[in-house]
Order: sequence, then C-alpha cells, then structure tokens
Amino acid sequence: MTESTNSEWRSAPPGEAVTPPGEAGSTLVGGPEEPVSPEPPTPPEQPGGKKKVVRLGDRLFQGVATGSGIFVVSIIAAIGLFLLVRAIPALHANEANFLLSGQWRTGDPENMAFGIVDLAWITVASSLVALIIAMPVAGGIALFLTQYAPKVLARPFAYVVDLLAAVPSVIYGLWGALVLAPVLKPVALWINGTLGWIPIFADGNVPANSGSNVFTAGIVLAVMILPIITGVAREVFERTPSAQIEGALALGATKWEVVRTTVWPFGRSGFVGGAMLGLGRALGETVALTVILSYTFEGPHYSIFDAGATFASRIALGSAEFNNHLTVGAYIAAGLVLFISTFAVNALARWIESGSGKGKK
Amino acid sequence: MAKRLDINDLNLYYNKFHAVQDVTLQVHARSVTAFIGPSGCGKSTVLRALNRMHEVIPGSRVEGSVLLDGENVYAPGVDPVQVRRTIGMVFQRANPFPTMSIRDNVVAGLKLAGVKDKKRLEEVTERSLRGANLWEEVKDRLNKPGGGLSGGQQQRLCIARAIAVQPDVLLMDEPCSALDPISTLAIEDLIAELKKDYTIVIVTHNMQQAARVSDQTAFFNLPEVGQPGQLVEIGETGKIFSNPSQKATEGYISGRFG
Ligand SMILES: Nc1ncnc2c1ncn2[C@@H]1O[C@H](COP(=O)(O)OP(=O)(O)OP(=O)(O)O)[C@@H](O)[C@H]1O
Ligand SMILES: [Mg+2]
Repeated sequence: MTESTNSEWRSAPPGEAVTPPGEAGSTLVGGPEEPVSPEPPTPPEQPGGKKKVVRLGDRLFQGVATGSGIFVVSIIAAIGLFLLVRAIPALHANEANFLLSGQWRTGDPENMAFGIVDLAWITVASSLVALIIAMPVAGGIALFLTQYAPKVLARPFAYVVDLLAAVPSVIYGLWGALVLAPVLKPVALWINGTLGWIPIFADGNVPANSGSNVFTAGIVLAVMILPIITGVAREVFERTPSAQIEGALALGATKWEVVRTTVWPFGRSGFVGGAMLGLGRALGETVALTVILSYTFEGPHYSIFDAGATFASRIALGSAEFNNHLTVGAYIAAGLVLFISTFAVNALARWIESGSGKGKK
Repeated sequence: MAKRLDINDLNLYYNKFHAVQDVTLQVHARSVTAFIGPSGCGKSTVLRALNRMHEVIPGSRVEGSVLLDGENVYAPGVDPVQVRRTIGMVFQRANPFPTMSIRDNVVAGLKLAGVKDKKRLEEVTERSLRGANLWEEVKDRLNKPGGGLSGGQQQRLCIARAIAVQPDVLLMDEPCSALDPISTLAIEDLIAELKKDYTIVIVTHNMQQAARVSDQTAFFNLPEVGQPGQLVEIGETGKIFSNPSQKATEGYISGRFG
C-alpha cells in the first residue's frame, strides 16, 4: 500500500510540471520581486532567467508538501505494520479465540489465553455513555454560543470550554475517582434501584456503589470530549449562511424556529462528524480510565455499572508484564484493534464532516 | 388582505451610523411601489425596517413609525415575529431552504404558524406555486430539495414561499438582480399579477423595470458621502419618469434612463 502511494506521488510532479504557467501565475507575481530588490540571491539561478527561479520555488514547495505528506502516511503505515508484525506470533500462541474470548492470561508465554470481548465492552460502553451525555450538551452549548449569547459573553465562554481540553487526563482521572465517584454514588444507586430491570442498568460485576465503574468513567470522558464536539459544532453552526437565517426570520420564525429550520439542518452532519472525533478520542483515552476503573477478575454483566479495563487501560496496566516478546505481542494485538477502530472512527468523522454543506451552497 | 403602509419620520441607524433620515411616505394597498436611487442610499434599509427585519442586525436602531392600516408595527407590545408573518419579504439572492423539499419550502411559513392539516398544506402548495408561475415546472418533483432548482426557479420558489402565508404586504429587494432577462420578465409578469391581491414594495436598480411594474416610485438619494440617505420625492411613476419635480431625480433618471 505504501509503495503504490509512493509511485502515485512520484508520477504526479512531472505531470503537473507541464501545467504551471497558468497555475503558477499567482506565485509569479510575488516571485520576481525577490531578485529585483536585494542582490541576486544565488548565482546559479541567474543565467536561467527569472522564470526558472519561480519554478524552483514551486518545485521546492511541492517537494516539501508531498514529502511531508508521504512522511506522515508512511509513519502511520509503519506503526500499523509494526503492530501487525509483533501481534502475529502472539496470536499464533494464543489458546483462546482472540475475538470471542473474554479472558486475559498472558503472564506465561508458553500458556497464553487472551481475547478482546471484555475489553471491547468496557471501551465501547464507556465511550458511548460519554457520547450520549456529551452530544446534547455540546450541541446545546454550541447553539447557545453561536445563536443566543451576546458577543461579549460568547467569546469568554467559548474560551472556557476550550480550556477543558487543556486539563491533563491524569487530573481528570483523579477528579473522577476522588471527587465525582462519591458524588455519583447515590445517583448510581437510584438508577440501579429504579431502572435495574433494564439489563444495561442492572447490577454490574462490582457493587453499584463502588463508583469506579463505566458510569463514572463515561461521565468523565464526556467532559473530556466536550470541547472537541463543541468546537466543531460551533464552527459549523457559525457558517450557516445569513441569507438562510434571514429567510427564516422574514417568514416569521422565532429564534428557536430559525435554529430548527436553518442552523441545525445546515450543521447537522458537521456536528455528527465532531461527535465521531470525540468518540475517537474517548476510545483511546488511557490514563483517566486507568485511574477510575477498578480492576476485577469477574467478567462483565453488560451493565453500565461494570468495572474492568478498556483496551488502552489494559495495556497501560500490563506494562509490568512486558518482559518477553509473546506477552508483549498479546498487548500489541489489543492495541492493534484499538488502532484500527479509532482510525476507522476518525476516518468516518472526516468523511461525515466533509459531506457537511455539500449541495447546500 | 392587502393593506396600506404609512411611514412617518423614519430614522434608521447602524450603531452610531445614521443610515436613513426622516423618511415619510405612503404605500397604497393593491399597488406596486418602487424604491429607486443610487447604491448605498438606504433603499434596502428602509425596506427592511417595514417588516422589522432591520432590528435583527446587532446594534441597529429605529425611530419613527410604520403604520399597517393604521396600526404601528413598532408600537410597544407588538411581536416582530407576528409583523413578519403579515409582511412578507423576498430577498435579492434567492434563499430557499436548500435541504428542504420544494413542498416544505412553500409551506414553511404555514408550518411555522402551526398549520398541520395535510389537505390544507397540499392546497396552499399548489395555489402558491401556481401564483408564482412555478407549478408547471415543479409539480412532478415536489419532494426534491429546493436547492436543486435553477436561480430563477429558486427566486420564484421564494416568492411562492412568501405568498403562501397570504401576507398583507410583500416586500421585494431587487428580486431580479441575479436573474437572466427571461426569468426577470417572468417575475415582472408575476408582480403585475400579484398586485391584484397584494400590496407590493420593490427595490430595483433597473429603471425600465421600475417604469414597467410600478404605480408609484420613490427616489432616494445621498446628499453627500457619509450623510444619511433621504427620500427625495415620491409620486406617480409616469410623472417621476417624465416630469420629476426635483433636479436630483431628473439627473439620476436621465443619467440612468436616457
Ligand atoms: N449591516 C449593516 N451594518 C452597518 N451598516 C450598514 C449595514 N447595511 C447597510 N449599511 C449601510 O447603510 C447604508 C445604506 O445601505 P443600504 O443597503 O440600505 O443601501 P441600498 O440603497 O440598498 O444600496 P444598494 O442599492 O447597493 O443595495 C450604506 O451606507 C451601508 O453601508
Ligand atoms: Mg440594497
């Protein structure tokens, strides 16, 4: 895959090098001034004439741009390849079904049995709890900031929301475990008591009052991804064409109806894209969840009051075991799954976002 | 339905900028009133003040009164949303809701007003689209998005949307400036048709258009750069174009018209 990308890139420059006269026009305007005002920059460029100077700059820029593009893509490919190469031997030595098993026994390289089901459950459940809480809140904040708040208030408020992204995740972890978890206990007990007949709110594999469960983790994650979703949503809502807003107003729409008929339809896909970006972040969050989620050997009950480990926190917790290739390979296999899923979610987010505003002028 | 407008001593501001000064004029029911004048003299500003759209711009301010059949739309306690439902507006650039279907675009105003009856909405859709001379072109694709129409069709869709709520007055700000001559003629015909039922105010830069469609014409001017725009004179269209009472009007019209 890397090779095919490479050859595409390589074949592109000559093809485009034929076209520049038209395209390079804008660069030509700025270009000639450089040699004119100071002394000639470098002797070798002089005999070729001015045109060549510009071409060289163009080439350089193009080279740098494509070079960095290739660099980034190959780093990602190299990471993927590294994960794959290291995971394969461990997967061969695995005595359990990697995709269907929930156990995690990796200490003895001769006798490993590990699977990702439990990890996947905890990861997905906490991320979804986060998303379900963060999406309406972020959407509400973004609508408030772009449509309702006076400018003097909107700017500082937006800044404060952005500040949430600057808090280190270990702080979030400590806050979640030490402050939020005790506060949430009565809430968790109440949900578990009244809605316990719904499986997702039933007793988990740790007591509902422990606090170190998916419920707490999801709420902390929600706060962590709030600035991402809010930021994207704010941007797309702000871009709603004023002609459309005025059109709705002139029809006698109230503020809320303007939002419903123009701002929301215009920004919806961008907002969902932002939520996907947040999801990608939540899936990969490590430190905060390592601190919050308590460790248990019991399998999950598929309730939000389960405790356990996510992909990322399992890997972080397992670092003490990283003493032989096969054991490490097992963790790397889990990491590979996480890598692929966050990659997929992010790609989906970009795809949805780029579709926002298409065919909408 | 159609109502008259009496505009008294209207002064309009954007923050500290005094955009329009002391406008007093009458708009007759079931007739077309054209606003003409050089760019920046405040035609759009006055027009937008008539249905209280001026105040949606942050920092803007209105002094004076606009009487709709004797009732001041700026009286305390009057809800601007209600005013905009009775005084419709068509903008310079067609602005249908692009993702909404053609049908939903037409009845958007009715739905905002709380009308749910399917049959009634269906009737209004057809009546308004016929009224806007668009029915034949779109009757087979009412469920397609409004953004998929041509520019001229979109503008007629906006007119249909505006007349669907049967407003007392219809305001049009250069409705043809982004259109080709054929679409322009279609809309001018439409205006002639609509004035049987509606009171229409139209801003235009096209003298011929003003002469063709309007019954009375108001000429606005800027005395000097930086000064507020003023209403120079208003009168029967034939008289304004053939024998204006003000030098400025004559200069503007002969410069642009002759
Ligand atoms: N949103 C606004 N904020 C501040 N000033 C404005 C705004 N809109 C218009 N103005 C100013 O008010 C004055 C009148 O503008 P207006 O748009 O009413 O002119 P106009 O007669 O409609 O011109 P045109 O024929 O070019 O459409 C102009 O000086 C303009 O710069
Ligand atoms: Mg204007």
